[in-house]
Amino acid sequence: MKYDTLSDAEIRDLRVLAGLMIPASASHGVPGADDELIFADILKSLERDTADTRTALRQLAALSGGAFANLAPERRAEVAARFRQEGGGPLFALNRVVLLCYYRDDRVMRSLGQEPRSPFPRGHVVEQGDWSLLDPVRKRPPMWRRV
Amino acid sequence: MHDKVDVLIIGSGASGAAVAWSLADTRMRILCLEQGDWVKPTDYPTNGRDWEARLFGDFAINPNRRARETDYPINNGTSPIQVVNFNGVGGSTIMYTAHYPRLHPSDFRVKTLDGVADDWPVDYATLEPYFAENDRMTGVAGLEGDPAYPHHVLPMPPLPLGKTGKCFGEAMNRLGWHWWPSDSAIATTEYDGRAPCINLGHCTPGCAQGAKASTDVTYWPHAIRAGVELRTRARVREITVGPDGLASGAIYYDAEGKEHFQPAEMVIVACNGIGTPRLMLNSQSGKFPNGIANSSGLVGRNLMFHPFAHTYGYVDEPIDGNTGAQLSLWSQEFYETDRSRGFVRGYTLQLHRGAGMIVDAIANTARGFLPWGDAHHDVYRTIFNRKLGLSAICEDLPEEHNRVTLDPVLKDSNGIPAPKIEYTLSDNTKKMIAHGVARSKDILEAAGAKNIGGEAPMLNAGWHLMGTARMGTDPERSVVNEWGRSHDVRNLFIVDGSIWVTSGGVNPTSTIQALALYIADNIKRRLADATLFD
Repeated sequence: MKYDTLSDAEIRDLRVLAGLMIPASASHGVPGADDELIFADILKSLERDTADTRTALRQLAALSGGAFANLAPERRAEVAARFRQEGGGPLFALNRVVLLCYYRDDRVMRSLGQEPRSPFPRGHVVEQGDWSLLDPVRKRPPMWRRV
Repeated sequence: MHDKVDVLIIGSGASGAAVAWSLADTRMRILCLEQGDWVKPTDYPTNGRDWEARLFGDFAINPNRRARETDYPINNGTSPIQVVNFNGVGGSTIMYTAHYPRLHPSDFRVKTLDGVADDWPVDYATLEPYFAENDRMTGVAGLEGDPAYPHHVLPMPPLPLGKTGKCFGEAMNRLGWHWWPSDSAIATTEYDGRAPCINLGHCTPGCAQGAKASTDVTYWPHAIRAGVELRTRARVREITVGPDGLASGAIYYDAEGKEHFQPAEMVIVACNGIGTPRLMLNSQSGKFPNGIANSSGLVGRNLMFHPFAHTYGYVDEPIDGNTGAQLSLWSQEFYETDRSRGFVRGYTLQLHRGAGMIVDAIANTARGFLPWGDAHHDVYRTIFNRKLGLSAICEDLPEEHNRVTLDPVLKDSNGIPAPKIEYTLSDNTKKMIAHGVARSKDILEAAGAKNIGGEAPMLNAGWHLMGTARMGTDPERSVVNEWGRSHDVRNLFIVDGSIWVTSGGVNPTSTIQALALYIADNIKRRLADATLFD
């Protein structure tokens, strides 16, 4: 499937918005969603969500009265807060792409104690557990209705 | 034109695979047409780092979102529940959680027991040997002794309890409520050439390990070895009818869009609760202007989903998160009718493990828990891997106004009219959902969870598709008879979820497959005594 690409102006607004959604954190040692690598992944991953992202960015520009990226920081925060309230489905789609690229970045995954790897082929370990926990249930009489 | 086959099966999913395997020992020439492709184990998302992202792309559960060439669009209209499915060899077993309960004995007698809907023309005892055969073919893991069911033995031990299961088990014991390890169609040991589960995480978008029992790795290898032909990228437009009023075969399109006619002595439809009525309604002829085998007018009617009521909360310590099968425990505490609850029938509670980092972040953003800005990181670190979730699978009773019709505008890539859904929730279902949410909150509170919330009914949760070509003994009140043969067309059979009379409150795959095996046995018996088309 072929998808549209964003204009330069849309890309600038999206990058500033992504950095505002998830800023870098020195205390957690993680980049923001506007990090070069992460943002490149976001642009590459818009795919099915390109149209919704465009709609959301148009709405953001309208709320900004122009380019969101050109606003002063205080005004950006105000516009972003309103956008979060009013953005609806298109913003949800945009936000989803930001999150799915941010939380697969190696640095971010490691900061949350996750191994940056595919699940297959190593899989994971899950405790077998103690099935004696079921003993009270085992003592119950049949619960199903005989017909 | 292709050579005539003895048996033409349309659809290779849960029921099509089972019926193909069972009929193979007749040595008839059997062909199955499947609109999708084989899915290679190396294609499954858990092979790659982008495994969660693909849940929103080529492995999305909603076909309208996934939009593969092999999918068809669905107009969900104003339905509060949207259809989810998969099209390919294995059908929606490629994309299911492998939660594998059977219907209960009472589910077949709802009119007699509770005075609602209709009794089934078959019962649990009749299907019991087919449940057992299907468990053996599928490879089911679980623990015998569940007091919620008649005794049955499963081929493999249960999936691990894990931290999440321990949390749920202790909470349920505090409340004195039933819980039990689920019957799961997931191999926990080496089984029939399949490797055991290694806890890859979410099972829904296919299993790279091959531990999950999708029919491409269970029934199909056996059926193909026994001589059944499976033809992929063959999208059936209509079942044709001969001058004798019998089904004569099917017209389908191949991957290049070329039209073919496949003649057959007998046609078996296995496209499930949406695909089957869509195909039948599209199969119009002079004899059947309203769709094949539709003299009752019930093809497409009585659509039943299982409305899912999802409730969640967060505990203080990390639990299993996305490691391990998502579903491995159930509760049947509220399954059987108790009129003091204000509704009839009941529901299963599925007790969930959590999600991966991305899905968790997206879900928590949707819930309004995950802020933008500097606080984002601190908040996420207090909720990630700490979610306990439950889903009530509510029994949906049949109502004729809940239906599948043909969309007058929307078509698939071959120009075949798409299905349109008309569906509303009944008062009984709404009360059941409310009860399921309330009891789920009780469980979460007993587990010490906080920030409890939910979604009921879940929008993107129309996994279970039933009732749209119901079975029965009265041709005016049903589409197929008590052994799956169309009342109107004596060489046309339906074996999927569309023949269900009522929905029960459990994931349907186990019972769909047991019914398909039961119908196949009836076909074989009647072939032997030459009464199949009488």
